[in-house]
Amino acid sequence: MSYTFEINKEEAAKVDAAVETAKKPGNKQTNRRWLRRFYKQRYLQIMALLGVAWIIVFNYVPMYGIIIAFKDYDIIGSISSAPWVGLDNFKEFFEDENLAYVVKNTLGISLLRLIIGFPLPILFAILLNEMRSARLKRGVQTISYLPYFLSWVILGGILSTWLADVGIINQLLLKLHFINEPISFLAEPSYFWAISIISSIWKELGWSAIIYLAAIASISPELHEAAKIDGAGRFQRIRHITLPSIAGTISILFILAVSGLLNSNFDQIMVLRNSLNESASNVIDIYIYQTGLQSARFSYSTAVGLVKSVIALVLLLVSNSVTKKINNTSLF
Amino acid sequence: MFQLKRRTVPEASFDLGNNLLMLLICFLTLYPVWYVIVNSFNDGKDAMLGNLYWWPRVFSLDSYKAVFNSNGIMLAMGVTVAKTVIGTFVHVFFTAMVAYALSNRDLLGRKLYMTLGTITLFFGGGLIPSYLLIRDLGLLDSFWVYILPAAFSFYDLIIFMAFFREIPTALEEAAQIDGANEFKIFMRIIIPVSMPVVATIALFHGVYQWNDYFAGVIYINNSNLQPIQTFLYRIVAESSSNQMVSAMAGSIQKSVTSQSVKLATMVVTTLPIVLVYPFLQKYFVKGMMIGSIKG
Repeated sequence: MSYTFEINKEEAAKVDAAVETAKKPGNKQTNRRWLRRFYKQRYLQIMALLGVAWIIVFNYVPMYGIIIAFKDYDIIGSISSAPWVGLDNFKEFFEDENLAYVVKNTLGISLLRLIIGFPLPILFAILLNEMRSARLKRGVQTISYLPYFLSWVILGGILSTWLADVGIINQLLLKLHFINEPISFLAEPSYFWAISIISSIWKELGWSAIIYLAAIASISPELHEAAKIDGAGRFQRIRHITLPSIAGTISILFILAVSGLLNSNFDQIMVLRNSLNESASNVIDIYIYQTGLQSARFSYSTAVGLVKSVIALVLLLVSNSVTKKINNTSLF
Repeated sequence: MFQLKRRTVPEASFDLGNNLLMLLICFLTLYPVWYVIVNSFNDGKDAMLGNLYWWPRVFSLDSYKAVFNSNGIMLAMGVTVAKTVIGTFVHVFFTAMVAYALSNRDLLGRKLYMTLGTITLFFGGGLIPSYLLIRDLGLLDSFWVYILPAAFSFYDLIIFMAFFREIPTALEEAAQIDGANEFKIFMRIIIPVSMPVVATIALFHGVYQWNDYFAGVIYINNSNLQPIQTFLYRIVAESSSNQMVSAMAGSIQKSVTSQSVKLATMVVTTLPIVLVYPFLQKYFVKGMMIGSIKG
């Protein structure tokens, strides 16, 4: 094994060296060859460069715009003419009295969503896969995707109808004598986390299960047959065949979930929050929106956004290397 | 043939319990939507008494009449249809085109282009810098703010590339011999043989365009340009604009309330997606798998 590897390495080094000499700018002949190659693929180059131009304008120009986090930018001026203020905006955020509860809400909602919402689609996919009737299985699957296609605005409308004082939840609780007076769920901060976590599970359960179902479907049936003959029951087969077979998929999705931990589902919270539940619903993304666009504190809000991006990047790298160590799967 | 053991009692009870659990999940998924539909078809004043669970008590189409008679709602609906159709077309065509160019391994600069794109998957400018860009491009209060910033996606490009790689090169070579340039090959050969992935990305982006309300909230002041989801957002989240609906409803029908008009608007807004998606199901399941395995 190591022998063939060495040969490949040598050959690769030779090719690299050849490419390097060809790349040298002094070499007129190769330059012409490159130009000729470029001209030959001009249609492809135009197609690709249109995409690159889009990426530069819509992704890289905003990244350049991040420098206003280190400046005192006002709406009328240009980014380059604004005076530098160093880390003042960051200091202000870390001294802000809002910091504590904004961070608490962001992490609280996201962590609970991860702990409760991450395993459920796996469980759902496994149980769905155990259904014997193919028709029934397909029907359940189709129904379970449905909420994913409804917008958060629609869901906000449904929730406000359900949770209203005369809504079905309150009527049910009153009838069962759990409460004596209707509860204004969306006006109470103490219910906000639960509402947001349950509603996002409701919306995404079926959809998140698709990938696991695909992974389960690709398990060789022979494995199950062999285990059956050896006398393994349902639960034993789930534990020793199905779960290990989809462990790689689970790891990849877990890395993605952890790196998105600070993305506390902006669309959802924008719709469900109001001034009464603010103490439980103000998360980093909402805070950025409020200070940035509603109070027009552009530089400050950009600094908060940058802090968030850096933490998210660190989370991604950490979770990537942890899962790499544990079961040898990673994104990169 | 070897006969497997007959189902044992614990096996059978597991199946029964599992089926019941799945039916319960289906019920919990569908019922909230059904509840909204029932309430929207009920007389608005009567619905305020509550206790309306399975079927309309006083059936009435007045809320729907109010929706279809309201210029504001119908205009917002038109904006949504326009941005969904144009936006989806532009997004799919443009992303597929770039993906096709980048899937050619001989392309000069391919590595650089891919690196530039990959970085954007993990890092971005954030809300305010993006807002400033849109402002400086003069896209505030313009219909194109729905189309241009969403015209391309590197995630979708990766899905397209995974699919294009499976297309036999003989197809392209034959066309090349016939004298077609790469753009013609892309239009006449690649797109037609890639319909499953085109349909998948079109569905994803179509749903995104149909459901997005936030662009309308931050970039648009002109109420003639606001999509239906932004219109609904203002009713649902900013309850102060309830007056907007009640004013609209009050002029048409006495029995209609702002709540019932809201519900009817929600049903009308959701209907197109609910009608379309079962037909496209096989495409998006396939597309999710392409994305998950190769991405």
